[in-house]
Amino acid sequence: MNQPAKTITVRYFAMFREHAGLAEETLSLNVATAKDVFEQTRLRHGSKEPNGHCKVAINDEMADWSSPVNDGDTVLLFPPVAGG
Amino acid sequence: MIEVTSMPIEAESLKRALHNAGAGGFCSFEGWVRNENDGRSVERLEYEAYEPLVIAEGRKVLAEAQRHFPYLEARCVHRTGLLEIGDMAVWVGVASAHRDEAFKACRYIIDEIKLRLPIWKKEHYADGDSGWVNCERCAEHGQR
Repeated sequence: MNQPAKTITVRYFAMFREHAGLAEETLSLNVATAKDVFEQTRLRHGSKEPNGHCKVAINDEMADWSSPVNDGDTVLLFPPVAGG
Repeated sequence: MIEVTSMPIEAESLKRALHNAGAGGFCSFEGWVRNENDGRSVERLEYEAYEPLVIAEGRKVLAEAQRHFPYLEARCVHRTGLLEIGDMAVWVGVASAHRDEAFKACRYIIDEIKLRLPIWKKEHYADGDSGWVNCERCAEHGQR
């Protein structure tokens, strides 16, 4: 069953921002989960980073890759972290 | 308390702020910028952080450390921006009644910070190249 496209704002950080060439974009996506957003934007920007090394947040809350995304959400894609 | 700053970290004043009459021990960890990584000569580091979630996730880490190793006071500060060799990138301090909690809580806090907080590090090499550093344990942690 086709689901209606959702308007999702995607924010990119560090390596992802450099790959995408932008820090943020608002897209119309056919997605159900955070993983879907990751995969579709990865295809869009040609990143090869697997999601297992990365983290995701939705509307400023840390989330899981299986977390649902809703119309109007902001999804933050974090490449592998390296603090300290 | 956890904070992010673009200014140099002043460890002594941070330590003084943790003084507590009930504390019999204090333990701190300082992370410094070193001049090599994986055999490459590093000239400086650049840290980027997403502050809202560094603060939110950092508070969770401190609360977990408190549950596991009850301490009296704890604080963490992480730098952002361009850092030179020898600069302090992160400071963690813990004061507790006895040394065991201070050591263990300090270790727990720095380990979890490195794994979980949205902070990224770009190395600038002596040959003019640069690259983002991947935390070596992130792959494992990402599956958790």
